Amino acid sequence: MSHFDLTLELNGKKVTRKIPLRSRLLDALRYDFGLTGTKEGCGEGECGACTVLLSGRPVNSCLVLARQAEGCKVETVESTSTETLRRLNATGTSQCGACTPGIVMTARWLCDNPQTLDLMSLREFMSGNLCRCTGYDGVLSGIECLLDQEEGES
Amino acid sequence: MSLDRVDGLDKLSGKSAFVDDLTVPGCLFGGTIRSPVARGRIRKIHFSTAVDWSDFVIVDHRDIPGSNEVALIESDQPALASTNVRHLHEPVLLLAHSKLHRLREGLRSIRVEIEAAPPLFDVEAQPTKEMLQHGSDNVFKRIDIRKGDPASVFAKASRVIEGTYRTGSQEHVYLETQGMIAHQEGETLVVRGSMQCPYYILDALTIAFDRPKERFRVIQCPLGGGFGGKEEYPSVVAIHAALLAEKAGRPVKIIYDRQEDMAVTTKRHPSRVRHRTAVDDDGIILAMEIDILFDGGAYVTLSPVVLSRGTLHATGPYRCDHVHVHGEAKLTNSPPYGAFRGFGAPQTLFAIERHMDVIARDLGLDPGELRRRNLLCQGDTLATGQKVQDGVDLTALLARGEELAGVSLATQEYAAFNRSHPYLRRGVGRATFYHGAGFTGSGETHLASEVWVEGLADGRVRLLTAQTDMGQGTMTILAQIAGETLSVDPRSIEVVTPDTSLVPNSGPTVASRTAMVVGKLIEDGCRELQRILDSGSGPPSGKDFQNALELHHRENPGDLLRVSRSYQTPPGQNWDEVSYQGDAYACYSWAAHLAHVEVDLRTFQVRVTDYVALQEVGRVLNEVLARGQIQGGVAQGLGWTLLEEVILENGAMKNHQMMNYIIPGSGDLSPIRVFFEEIPSPSGPGGAKGIGELPLDGPAPAIINAVCHALSASIREIPLTPEVLMEFLGGKE
Amino acid sequence: MRVLTPSGLDHALALLAEFESSLTPLAGGTDLLVSWPHQNSDEVGFLDLSPLRAEHSAPRLEQDALVLSMLTTYWDVIASEEVRTEFPLLLAAALKVGAVQIQSAGTWAGNIANGSPAADGVPVLMAYGAEVVLRSTRGEVRVPLDRYYLGYKQSVRALDQLIVEIRVPRRKREIEWFHKVGARFAQAISKLGVAVTRDETGHRVVVNSVAPTVVRCRALEDHLDQGGKIESVEQVRALLSFDIAPIDDIRSTSRYRESVLSRLLYFYLRKANLRKANG
Repeated sequence: MSHFDLTLELNGKKVTRKIPLRSRLLDALRYDFGLTGTKEGCGEGECGACTVLLSGRPVNSCLVLARQAEGCKVETVESTSTETLRRLNATGTSQCGACTPGIVMTARWLCDNPQTLDLMSLREFMSGNLCRCTGYDGVLSGIECLLDQEEGES
Repeated sequence: MSLDRVDGLDKLSGKSAFVDDLTVPGCLFGGTIRSPVARGRIRKIHFSTAVDWSDFVIVDHRDIPGSNEVALIESDQPALASTNVRHLHEPVLLLAHSKLHRLREGLRSIRVEIEAAPPLFDVEAQPTKEMLQHGSDNVFKRIDIRKGDPASVFAKASRVIEGTYRTGSQEHVYLETQGMIAHQEGETLVVRGSMQCPYYILDALTIAFDRPKERFRVIQCPLGGGFGGKEEYPSVVAIHAALLAEKAGRPVKIIYDRQEDMAVTTKRHPSRVRHRTAVDDDGIILAMEIDILFDGGAYVTLSPVVLSRGTLHATGPYRCDHVHVHGEAKLTNSPPYGAFRGFGAPQTLFAIERHMDVIARDLGLDPGELRRRNLLCQGDTLATGQKVQDGVDLTALLARGEELAGVSLATQEYAAFNRSHPYLRRGVGRATFYHGAGFTGSGETHLASEVWVEGLADGRVRLLTAQTDMGQGTMTILAQIAGETLSVDPRSIEVVTPDTSLVPNSGPTVASRTAMVVGKLIEDGCRELQRILDSGSGPPSGKDFQNALELHHRENPGDLLRVSRSYQTPPGQNWDEVSYQGDAYACYSWAAHLAHVEVDLRTFQVRVTDYVALQEVGRVLNEVLARGQIQGGVAQGLGWTLLEEVILENGAMKNHQMMNYIIPGSGDLSPIRVFFEEIPSPSGPGGAKGIGELPLDGPAPAIINAVCHALSASIREIPLTPEVLMEFLGGKE
Repeated sequence: MRVLTPSGLDHALALLAEFESSLTPLAGGTDLLVSWPHQNSDEVGFLDLSPLRAEHSAPRLEQDALVLSMLTTYWDVIASEEVRTEFPLLLAAALKVGAVQIQSAGTWAGNIANGSPAADGVPVLMAYGAEVVLRSTRGEVRVPLDRYYLGYKQSVRALDQLIVEIRVPRRKREIEWFHKVGARFAQAISKLGVAVTRDETGHRVVVNSVAPTVVRCRALEDHLDQGGKIESVEQVRALLSFDIAPIDDIRSTSRYRESVLSRLLYFYLRKANLRKANG
């Protein structure tokens, strides 16, 4: 068995593809489902560029075999709302854009789970997404702007 | 104004297609077989018999149609080693296969047999005869800058203070690794990928293939970070991909994975800088002797120009009439060191700015006060004789920085805190420095950069340059400059992605030159366009400009309304490459950075608790982008200072994984507080100067000076990892 | 490459019994899948435990013990208010093991099973006196975590056994402390880590990254249990030397590990002693 049929609920749509057994979730998303927004930064779970939401939790998709995601809900950066993108852009969240999709996904999860910040600071929370361009201030102010918005709406 | 990044939404949404995101039908995957030793003669290449090699494409040096070199300043670096290797991981052979996992199997199944020769790893050691591999002394470049008569001053000086300072290498860790795709399109070899300098690649391809420029087309993909790491190295990947594609007759994609990228690509030059300084009892600097040594690695690459910038920043922003700066870049059997944001200046500025604190301590003076007594004033001259005339008051800049950082209050509080706390120590440190913007010396004159500004029939304007956006915001800033010049919405300005078949050669995207030098040409080009469209009532702008443009095209259908602008050396700017005298840079950016630190004597970890970055960069064009440049540069500088250690084994990076080479995360930083002074400069558009590299110069000296303040110590080397600090303190409580 | 997918726990155990020598149980993947493209996948066999997630993830509090299940992640502990309140060191370790991406995938049992001497989850569990519940088709055994490891990456777990539970006794503790030193303040592999507890059974001082396995520092524990004073860093270092043997590696040096561990414990234990003395 070198290939198998992988079924995902990918960005709200049920999809199935035949993919190599050795594929990571990252490979499946990029090469088989054609969603290249998710980036590979290090391949070892250090940088967070490949962050996606798997069953509603942020994971490094380079550390998940595609097989492990069988039947699961997967959300990728491609499903981000334009309003979220616009807010992040205004504060300088993205420079080169390679770590950015991972940051967007971690930030989206935080907006849905803001009580997480009772246990840790935003800086600590974001430490799984390494960025080489911004020094993080632009990233953090972008996320704060999103959180303020969420709070305003709820 | 701050125009939102024009490519920002595509990057945030993941739409921007980096080279590895591109799918090319029929594409093969390419990979590189490398030298397993640091130096030797290639004996034989063994192909495992367990692998069926018939469906692999295999390229070696004999497949290179032209000169086997990665053309740059000199011709010494082969594209593929033929007989000898000079560093670990040197490319020897290329493979391509349609399946990535078969390619990996192939790469695992080839062994290069080498008759090893003794390698040279210690750049400070005098090379023995058998270690000589470049000229008569392994020296790639030697530079002397002389001013006045330092020898006679030293002979009479009552107080001479010496110090030796060392800095380690640094890996760029752009989040997108190196990659290229090459394919044949009719008679043309097309290469696209991650690069800062499309025309460098074009030049390198014409020489390696011995074919005219017209036979190549080099296209830049969105770039996931560069920092200098994609200045010269991408030429290697481009030649390799092109060689494979030509032999295969099919497209070939080479993408380095993170481990390969970190192990084999260029890094910041390690340095050793010695200072001898004569001072009087008031702390006035009388004479300086500075001796600089850079480890260049195995081939010349850019070391001569990195050394040049290093020597030109070595004196720091201080007045001194008697100076001798001597610099050398020398060979070792490490992979070549290369361009990295700051380009030699962070190394020599670390040395002088630490040395200033060493002098202050020796004299019992406050380090801020010592600086104030020696900082350059308008009209003073640098070591090259260049007159300082940017209009900045450096003593005021430093005073404002100290005020913003609350230095005087902190100094008192920390003294009390340090006496009472069992294991925490606090300190504050500063660095004052400058960074020359644009190419060094007559570099810009030689480059003769050209840009095109086109007025389109629909009333929009199109900009054509070779400037790449690696995250710093080229596309946004050029659009903004044109928009402001013409008083039109910058979002209506089209900035063409660099493609050597479409854009003129406006020079490389390096040296903090894009906004200032190329931006100025764009500004001039836009003004020229306004003059052309002037119907007698003055140069049109805003809606009038767009109307005039549309009218022009109605009256002249099919006209290509294109303005070309080329760099002209400003009158009165002179540079002598031989004597190193004259105007080394068109202008300088100036800064005072201040760091507060807390050292934990249980773990020897240093935490930067506050960082103030105050700089004068001319007019700030785009506040959000400018702050992003400063904050990112400071974070990268902090990493170089405290966290990032390139551990070498056989001359090459051993810890070539992101989990073992530690770049700062969000939790390692406190907010980086950014402040600007704005004195409009005649050198750049709307009064702007270069900004990109400046912030990397400050963190190392500011942070280490703060650590030394906290511990009453004199540390002279970075990176200052906890392990290094522990050994330095020698178990002192 | 082979990946076997069990339909339930019994099936998983049956598969392990059948293919034991060629199957590695795969839980969160945060250790096993690091640099996966560099591994020769042809030689790999995984027992994919992810179908068991729904039933074997939630931690639960029993009368005498907190029970972490086979697939309980770090995040499951962080997210549980009653667990993190009663077992603050589990929270502290979970917050330091990596950022949210690792916390939400990595499992406590996987951390134990992988056997890395740098494991972040193990010192706190060992300091809390946890027991490992091993099950196979042959039956179930309970092993105290401090007797689980036999040597570097070696343990008492037989190849057909799964760690199905980790049982952490609910005891009243007088002191408890965890400190991790990594190359970053957050998200980094441990250079060293230390957990300290004192309850009615005495002191436990557990350290990682300074020996072939996570270890208890028995000499120091005995000294503390006998009411010995903490007088100097040197004294702590001497007591530690009976139980630790740090090495130089790519992340740190043996001198650093030994010295920093001694200092951390010296300053912490002095403060704890003072608190005790002051009542």
